[in-house]
Amino acid sequence: MGMTIAEKILAAKSGRKAVVPGDVVTVEVDTVILFDNNFMPNNWRDILKVADPEKIIVTFDHRVPAPTQQAAAAQVTGRAFVKKFGIKRFHDVGHNQGISHQLVADYGYALPGSVLLCSDSHTCSAGVFNCLARGVGGPDIIYAAIKGQTWFRCGETVRYELVGKLPEAVTAKDAFLQIAGVHGAHATMNVEYGGPGVAGLSINARKTITAMSAELSAEFATFEADAVLAEWISARNPAPLVPVRPDADAKYHAVRNVDLSALEPLVALPDSVVNNSQPVAKTAGTRIDQAYIGSCANGTQDDIELAARVVKGRRIAAGVRFIVTPASQTVYRDVVASGAVQTLIEAGAMIAPPTCGACGGGHMGVLGPNEICLTSSTRNFKGRMGDPSSQVYMASPATVAASALTGVITDPREFLQ
Amino acid sequence: MSTMTFKGRVWIVGDNINTDLILPNKAFYLTHEEQALYVFSANRPGWAEQVKKGDILIGGSNFGMGSSRAAARSLKNLGLACLIAESLNGLFLRNCVNFAFPALECPGVHAAFTEGEEAEVDFAQAKVRNLSRGTALAGKPLPAPLMALVQAGGVYQLLEKEGLIAPKT
Ligand code: SF4
Repeated sequence: MGMTIAEKILAAKSGRKAVVPGDVVTVEVDTVILFDNNFMPNNWRDILKVADPEKIIVTFDHRVPAPTQQAAAAQVTGRAFVKKFGIKRFHDVGHNQGISHQLVADYGYALPGSVLLCSDSHTCSAGVFNCLARGVGGPDIIYAAIKGQTWFRCGETVRYELVGKLPEAVTAKDAFLQIAGVHGAHATMNVEYGGPGVAGLSINARKTITAMSAELSAEFATFEADAVLAEWISARNPAPLVPVRPDADAKYHAVRNVDLSALEPLVALPDSVVNNSQPVAKTAGTRIDQAYIGSCANGTQDDIELAARVVKGRRIAAGVRFIVTPASQTVYRDVVASGAVQTLIEAGAMIAPPTCGACGGGHMGVLGPNEICLTSSTRNFKGRMGDPSSQVYMASPATVAASALTGVITDPREFLQ
Repeated sequence: MSTMTFKGRVWIVGDNINTDLILPNKAFYLTHEEQALYVFSANRPGWAEQVKKGDILIGGSNFGMGSSRAAARSLKNLGLACLIAESLNGLFLRNCVNFAFPALECPGVHAAFTEGEEAEVDFAQAKVRNLSRGTALAGKPLPAPLMALVQAGGVYQLLEKEGLIAPKT
């Protein structure tokens, strides 16, 4: 029987001929990413041995630069770990730092067919590179760093066939909100993205969809490989590429078409990302206190330049805090070079250093009582970005930027003709 | 490890309970014991104080959706004996196994109990009984390798025993 992309990689990495939904397999892990939260004093367990330091990547991203003494202590522990085991791929605060999932893209760390782990739920972001990437628990990461292995339970796969081309001012975030709005959670299942529409999406756009797939509660989210992907990785990593394609007779839980050309800007209402999307017109006019662009899903060069196009020559509405956070120092340098940062700060945006920051309610944009934020980040759960009484709406960077200009949720198409 | 059978009073929550509700950001820097008192502080303030050791939590579908934070550890530290849900989020299940917090999928469990009733759970056999009503349900047993991890006391106990991580100071 044919296998899906996820099943094929699970089989290859567990040394089996075939894997079917329901199987629990032990797999070899190619890449293990540790970040500052792993090293927090109340989380860290001192590792005495690692399987292979070459397979480990360390970054500090959730709380950078350290806003508290605990965060600073975590970084001290992380640096000692890096030194002890001679970890080469270390992204300390400074030139190479970034949100782990963005670094995977910036440096071509994920190869087709590989298995990548990090104890951040949006690790599925790396599935854009035709690999199996999964957010696991902190102990899973310590186990994988030590033993070079982990376990997975294979689930069924839902395949999305993307067709058509996104209209102006409509983005991959809207495509995701469409899928999440209509089809809801995909718990215990994998999602596989393919189809002719993929060719028209940049790696950054595709990565928005894989990162957001964490909100579907998917096990793995994986794109098919194509020339765009090969070009991206080859420019950053000389390793040979062997794409993993699904078998023609692969068995899917469902195959669903998404016509990108038929989409419009969407907004997810507060408290849940799934089953909660509406056309922007329905929420238009809702007051906002904060507009946020950033995170592993929407802190890329594409996202920040799109926001700059929306606000160019205009001013942010009085009473709105517009916070823009490039997802890595590489992205930051690129958007400074392109002039997008200049445009944004002239409009009144505040640019934060690359960090998860406000996305997780950690720092640099935490919400107060009853405040309303429109975010392009990943999660809108109750209290996610601050006080439990605050409300988080979610939309594309274009919609967030347009709304920052008006002070109320606004259709970005008015500003991008 | 004990026989892994539990008897206790049940608490009931709904579908899609997320990890931000179980372990909110503002508790991140606290000790594990303090963190436990923040469980459901946003959606059910004051609840954590009412939980008694040995109580059992019943959830709806996709329980524990969201982040990889050690939310399962907080439920365990709160004194809950186990969790039974219509379905468990895949990442959350990993952390239940990691921290050796017994969690079981049992379709139909949500409707089979009213808060305050008494449940009896045989974790290894995945059998759930409502003692107050005299009814019984069959859950889905944890796959053997995961059961073995739970019985070993979780990942850290295992690694510590093998001398691969330093003992907890
Ligand atoms: S940006 Fe947000 S979703 Fe992404 S890794 Fe950081 S906290 Fe997680």
